Amino acid sequence: MMDVPSTGKMSRRTFLDYFLGLSVVAWLAAVLYPIIDYFRVPPQTEAAPSSVVAGSVKDFKPNSGKVFRFGNEPAILVDTPDGKLEAFSAVCTHLQCTVQYRPDMQRIWCACHGGVYDLNGRNISGPPPRPLTGYKVAVKGDDIVVSKS
Amino acid sequence: MNKESKMMRWLNERYNLSLIEHFAEEKKVPHFRGSFWYYFGGVSLFLFIVQVVTGILLLMYYQPGAQTAYESVRFIVMKVQFGWLIRSIHSWSANLMILSVIIHMFSVYFTKAFRKPRELTWYSGFILLALCLTFGFSGYLLPWNTLSYFATKVGTEIVGVVPFVGKPVMEVLRNGSDVTTATLTRFFALHVAVLPALFTVILGVHLLFIQVQGISEPESWKYLPESKKSHIPFFPNFVLRDVLLWLIVLNVLAILAVYFPWELGHKAEPFAPAPIGIKPEWYFLFMFQSLRFFPPKLLGVDGEVLGISLFGLAGFLWFLVPFWDSKTSKGSRNRIVNYVGIGVVLYIIVFTVIGARAK
Ligand code: HEM
Ligand code: FES
Repeated sequence: MMDVPSTGKMSRRTFLDYFLGLSVVAWLAAVLYPIIDYFRVPPQTEAAPSSVVAGSVKDFKPNSGKVFRFGNEPAILVDTPDGKLEAFSAVCTHLQCTVQYRPDMQRIWCACHGGVYDLNGRNISGPPPRPLTGYKVAVKGDDIVVSKS
Repeated sequence: MNKESKMMRWLNERYNLSLIEHFAEEKKVPHFRGSFWYYFGGVSLFLFIVQVVTGILLLMYYQPGAQTAYESVRFIVMKVQFGWLIRSIHSWSANLMILSVIIHMFSVYFTKAFRKPRELTWYSGFILLALCLTFGFSGYLLPWNTLSYFATKVGTEIVGVVPFVGKPVMEVLRNGSDVTTATLTRFFALHVAVLPALFTVILGVHLLFIQVQGISEPESWKYLPESKKSHIPFFPNFVLRDVLLWLIVLNVLAILAVYFPWELGHKAEPFAPAPIGIKPEWYFLFMFQSLRFFPPKLLGVDGEVLGISLFGLAGFLWFLVPFWDSKTSKGSRNRIVNYVGIGVVLYIIVFTVIGARAK
């Protein structure tokens, strides 16, 4: 490697060094690329439902709440103290814990770090940076149907 | 060895055991006031062996998967003979191991054993600590109980907060966008295959470095004449002390495991509200508690992002101590290293205590 000729031409030795070095890099890349790519999560084709029956009107009374399953995520249905039905994603916007309804506070509350949302889903105290995603609620017969708007 | 046993002679004819004999006779260990702290490396090694043995035993019954993990651990604890003991020892020893590694790291730091020529030993040791924490984090999820489920959710979500790389790394960790049974599969693979293999290799390198360079002498010996330095032979004196300490640790472990069996908790229910009292394991508490003190927004930057970046930076600087501590290697004392170290220890203790007492 010391005797690179000043004519600008590469010595055979240097050329071979480069060639070998490049081959090692290419070889490593060829081995590592599939392994690293293997860890990427393949897209799941499970379609999330756009609406779900959260429960029956008969089971609800004012000032109560219930967490239910909406596709792959938890959602929360709240029967407000004045008897209105509201539904939100139950995934706290702070660090994704599942929120719950607190009848004593008349608010939605997250046990993980004490985040509080009002009954419109707005974050009003604690660490959550954004409101909860709201859903539409419709009553069909006895069923409470919650759907993504 | 004049009274060689038959077997010894047989082996010696084939493998020239005198090399090992010679090695054991020559090796010696510095002996001084602070040498007590030297034993924590050995204790960590012992606890790792305990983890490997009990971990393999747990593997005989454990079944990953959201429908089976909790049930199989409950089966281990309730039905399998001594299952409760094995699981309790694995959990207790995991925590003691991390504690012991942390003590070991700080004693290396304060005795300045990381300085030239032992920089690589320090770096490999730091990686071992990081692997230990990953062991703990991944193992915590395996019983699939409520606390571990939500703690993992929050913990991985915090990783996702890191700018640019956070989100992809979080998805790779979770094996999806949420913590599910797929996450459990991945954590399981990490915990019982990837980490043990990595840990064993790096531990081997770490021990090799120590073997080649010998154990470092304390700073205060720098200008002492050779005759004033006191050593004890590695074999048998140091080894015997080590073994004695291992026995004590094993007894402590047994007492903890029997009288304070590790709780199993309730099975994780992803579609139920998070319970009160979600906390990470104690060794993450000081960071967790500090993040709570950050305002949601600071100078337009997300408080969490800022907090994590600061901890990342601090950890990186700690890792690089052989670089910025240039004075010690040149022979003069560097008090800043001590002040920084004491500051870090106090910070960790204070915030861990606050975190432990917070509800
Ligand atoms: C070869 C090494 C290891 C193997 C094969 C192994 C295997 C296992 C298995 C099968 C479980 C699930 C059973 C259970 O949850 O009780 C588990 C849990 C766990 N492991 Fe390990 N492990 C190893 C090393 C370690 C190390 C080095 C640490 C920590 C420094 C560790 C920390 C944990 C923790 C904290 C749990 C949760 C315990 C619980 O709550 O039940 N493991 N391990
Ligand atoms: S996750 Fe809800 S307040 Fe932190």
